[in-house]
Amino acid sequence: MSYEGWILLTGSLVGISCGIVGCFLILRKMAMLADAISHTVLLGIVGAYLISNSLEGIYMLIGAAIVGILTAFFVQLLHSSGVQSDAAIGVVFTSLFAVGVILLSLFAGKVHLDTDHALMGEITFIPWDILEINGINLGPKAVWMLGAVLVFNLIIIFLFYKEIKISSFDPDMAVALGIPVLLIHYLLMGMLSLTTVASFDGVGAILVVAMLIVPGATAYLLTDKLSVMLIISAIVGVLSAFAGYFIATIFNVSISGSMAVAAGVIFAITFVFSPTHGLLSRWLARKRLQNKSA
Amino acid sequence: MSETLVSIWTDANTQWVLIGTLLLGLASGLIGSFALLKKQSLIGDAMAHAALPGICIAFLIHGAKSMSWFIIGAALSGLLATFFIEKIIKLSRIKEDTSIGLVLSVFFGFGIVLLTYINHQNNGNQSGIDDFIFGQAASLVGTDVKLISAVAVLLIIITVILFKELKLLTFDPQFAQGIGLPTSFLNGLLMTLIVGVVVIGLQAVGVILMSAMLITPAIAARYWTERLDHMVIIAGAIGAFSGVFGTLLSTTTKGMPTGPLIIVAATIIFLISMVFAPKRGLLLKAIRQSRLRKQVAREQVLQTLYDFTEQEYKQYKARNGFHEQQMIKKRPISNHMLQKILHSLEKEELVRRTGDALWCLTEKGLIEAYHITLRNRLMEVYLMNEMNYAHFNIRQDQSMDLLQLPEKVLTELQQLLKQYGREPLVLPENINSGKRSYHRYASLGGK
Repeated sequence: MSYEGWILLTGSLVGISCGIVGCFLILRKMAMLADAISHTVLLGIVGAYLISNSLEGIYMLIGAAIVGILTAFFVQLLHSSGVQSDAAIGVVFTSLFAVGVILLSLFAGKVHLDTDHALMGEITFIPWDILEINGINLGPKAVWMLGAVLVFNLIIIFLFYKEIKISSFDPDMAVALGIPVLLIHYLLMGMLSLTTVASFDGVGAILVVAMLIVPGATAYLLTDKLSVMLIISAIVGVLSAFAGYFIATIFNVSISGSMAVAAGVIFAITFVFSPTHGLLSRWLARKRLQNKSA
Repeated sequence: MSETLVSIWTDANTQWVLIGTLLLGLASGLIGSFALLKKQSLIGDAMAHAALPGICIAFLIHGAKSMSWFIIGAALSGLLATFFIEKIIKLSRIKEDTSIGLVLSVFFGFGIVLLTYINHQNNGNQSGIDDFIFGQAASLVGTDVKLISAVAVLLIIITVILFKELKLLTFDPQFAQGIGLPTSFLNGLLMTLIVGVVVIGLQAVGVILMSAMLITPAIAARYWTERLDHMVIIAGAIGAFSGVFGTLLSTTTKGMPTGPLIIVAATIIFLISMVFAPKRGLLLKAIRQSRLRKQVAREQVLQTLYDFTEQEYKQYKARNGFHEQQMIKKRPISNHMLQKILHSLEKEELVRRTGDALWCLTEKGLIEAYHITLRNRLMEVYLMNEMNYAHFNIRQDQSMDLLQLPEKVLTELQQLLKQYGREPLVLPENINSGKRSYHRYASLGGK
């Protein structure tokens, strides 16, 4: 596949996995937790490097998953000890991120990743970091990692679809039905951290948030069915990746940044023109009602 | 190390930087308290991220680094982001958290796009814009710091002057509107104050961590007090201390960004407050809880023994002692706890061991157990007929004190107790039942 093709494939994979996980976050009102975890993953990656002394993907995944779940756990802990939830998120992610940045600066000379890379990602380098087995070129490592995480996410969602759905829409009923709500919560957090760290190389820590929240929010304005929402969200993710890439090549700017902007533009269009929940359609409906009553 | 410390205190620029971060911490603690109590902590996060495109656009228009232009650009794009967040919540079914995350990430993405665009232009002037992401207080120069300090002082003065109005707006916006305060103007003003703090903090603390400057000192201060004026002062002090501490550490260690150090300092203070604060701290809470648990268990053991004694008395039987397993069966209490309580009661000479795992009340214990039982049964009767006595209003946050009832009601309750056949039957010697003995029990330290 061509160089361009690999980048587009990577971007699309990020779009699909983030889009799908993001839907659940939005429905569970945990969008800011995505923001938090995408920051704290940095600490997981630095920690994994300091312990294992290698930059292999699998160590990064493990480190990030641990720190991601720790973040969710700390937020829950603070919240249950009486700190309001927004402040709990704010305190936890900023402090863990700060520790990550300090560690990174202390060992800056040794670690190959620098803070800019962690923030913005460098999708342009991905096609060169190739996985080779027995001398056979199997394509970029990041694509394999993203693909594996996507498959993992899909399997989890497929297996626990009903449980996740009920506990997202009606947690009280889920508890009454005997669904392990807390377990589902941490399962989702684990999926979120894995997705975040796999996307990390591609779009960078901060812009993962855009890919997690914006496609899901767009889909939320277009449908009332969860299964449809998941599909639309994935499609929007892929669309933003493609549009972002072309914007970036035209203006010669950051690819990941452009993808976030493209996602924002798609959201803005949906916000105005959505047939069910858009500004325009609601305005028209109101007008029609006014004419009727007059 | 000590030489560098001396040079810091004597170096004029460093002194200015220290004053700047001190004022910045003070202002963010003050204003953060209001943001926290209005549950808008994460809006600060959104504003900080959203400031990045504003800074880049200001740079593109002006063509060089200039603090005043940066502040204006950052403030404008921060306010624009707030506007979008509020409109999205109001005009669609998207919730607040999603709206904040959405606007934050898209604005930041746009900022990164502009940042790379500026970097690719390569005219050599752009170095230093990257500092906005993590903050680098050491890169501040005299005039910038003076500007930052001036804005911080202005923000502090506005907050102090409008303290009463902001307080009302935070705790009771409906009432504030009712007495004719311009609430939407004040809301806008508070947003502007938050934007102001965020914007002047960007260079020192950085885009990503600036929100913590608003949240962490305020939430730490919340543990120490229940009064807004105290909270604001404490939060300001914590903010100022962390600011100075982070700056000092950052200037003595090469290549260390300031923002994360400031935040780590603030977080440590927060953790200390969370554990050790009086009243709301976790440690004292845990101690209080275990004390309460012990007291409840003690009363339960005594009452259980009393119930058994009473049963025997009714059946004209006399056994010497009751088995521990019997007590555990009657009341939910762990074996370990039961052993502990029985031993401490034995030391007080309230119970007596009569055999292997057999216990009975002593004369002194009977008196105490009688009063506990009487009180608990009176409470049962009171709760059964609570509607009749509701106007006495003796419920005060979960604890009730029957003693607050007038004597007449108390005798009435005792009559009822007799009717229901729940009157404690085994009377200790020299006790006449009634309010007086209840008083006596209360004076023994029971409640």
